[in-house]
Amino acid sequence: MSLNTQRNISTNPTPPPSEGAGGRTQYILEIADNSLILGQRLGELCGHGPSLETDIALTNMSLDLFGQVRSYYQYIAQLSEEEKTEDDIAFLRLERDYKNVLLVEQPNTDFGYVITRQYFFDVFHLMLMQQLQYSKDETLSAIAKKGIKEVSYHKRFSGDWVKRLGDGTEESHERVQKAVNDLWPYTNELFEMTETAKAAVEAGIGVEASQLKEAYYKEVSELLREATLEVPESKYFHKGGKHGVHTEHMGYILSDMQFMQRTYPGMKW
Amino acid sequence: MTESVTHIHPKLLDILKSVPDPEIPVLTIIDLGVVREAVVLEDGSVEVKITPTYSGCPAMDVIGDDIVTAFAKAGMKAKVKLVLSPAWSTDMISEEGRAALEKYGIAAPLDATADKEALLGNKKRVKCPQCASKNTELVSQFGSTACKAQFKCNDCLEPFDYFKCLT
Ligand SMILES: [Zn+2]
Repeated sequence: MSLNTQRNISTNPTPPPSEGAGGRTQYILEIADNSLILGQRLGELCGHGPSLETDIALTNMSLDLFGQVRSYYQYIAQLSEEEKTEDDIAFLRLERDYKNVLLVEQPNTDFGYVITRQYFFDVFHLMLMQQLQYSKDETLSAIAKKGIKEVSYHKRFSGDWVKRLGDGTEESHERVQKAVNDLWPYTNELFEMTETAKAAVEAGIGVEASQLKEAYYKEVSELLREATLEVPESKYFHKGGKHGVHTEHMGYILSDMQFMQRTYPGMKW
Repeated sequence: MTESVTHIHPKLLDILKSVPDPEIPVLTIIDLGVVREAVVLEDGSVEVKITPTYSGCPAMDVIGDDIVTAFAKAGMKAKVKLVLSPAWSTDMISEEGRAALEKYGIAAPLDATADKEALLGNKKRVKCPQCASKNTELVSQFGSTACKAQFKCNDCLEPFDYFKCLT
């Protein structure tokens, strides 16, 4: 990530003293880290997509997510009292300090998994951005308003493909159903309200994600049925990501992502 | 098309008009609508505010550098800031810009309704920039850059980019 242009995106750089920047920073990480890790996962597919068009689409989406991440991390860097840059935040944290949900770190097993993971996240992501645009924090609101336009395209793409695969050949149906079954237990964590998130809602800057749950499952279930797929009935769900407790995949993602920055500290593009 | 409000000092406009978009060089950054403000500060230096087309658009850093270089050539010191609000939309592309896109071989963005019909409903709404036929077909919602979709013309058989509507 280069920083040639001074991305001064903050419209209210000083939070009210009563609230402190720490809580706000933690809350922003809960949102931003999802985009970082999913962006990284999609980036892995660059040159490896199942067809040229899908390859380009997935990496375009990766780029959108990284763009959003830069805005969030630059804002955090401004809020921080230490001398921090967006690169420090992206590349130099330890695994436990990443607050992304477990869903986005799941591997690119096959195209069925990639698309299902994307769709499960996109539906949530759009709902979240649609609420976050009303945040009292003007910077978060601006990032969300910009994000809505991009994420709408992502959801169209992933939803479309879930339908095509589900209602496609026997093979594609079987594979995407397996992905749905395997990834479903990671969806509930999207709506978990951490203490940080509760405080952010209290302060008028955060989103009450738990309230998105009903609409989310309604929308996802309808599309799955339209795609002739079965909606899993499992009531067992994984969580931990928002507290920094990740699956075994996370360490590999980070070692890949952080290698250059740790080998050549302070390197820039 | 809605007229979007920009504050560009007339003295600075010509210099800004000399800066092309790095990925679509027939468009100037003024035509593209990414320059939201350009003012002369008290110390005589220039401050330019630009807004990204897409959050991750890699051209923004290059545009920032190019602006600084263009002003340096004119003997002025410029600083570039990125602003996110109001979010950029394709309505901010000027008429000249739309004409330049078409001439370059990129179909200009349709209005939101027609865009949706073309991208989601497979309706024939996008005009081929080569032969002007509307007998065109969507190949992929995502193209060579984040802002474009891929189409092909069923008459002249040429593939082409369509600049997606973003409102
Ligand atoms: Zn044609």
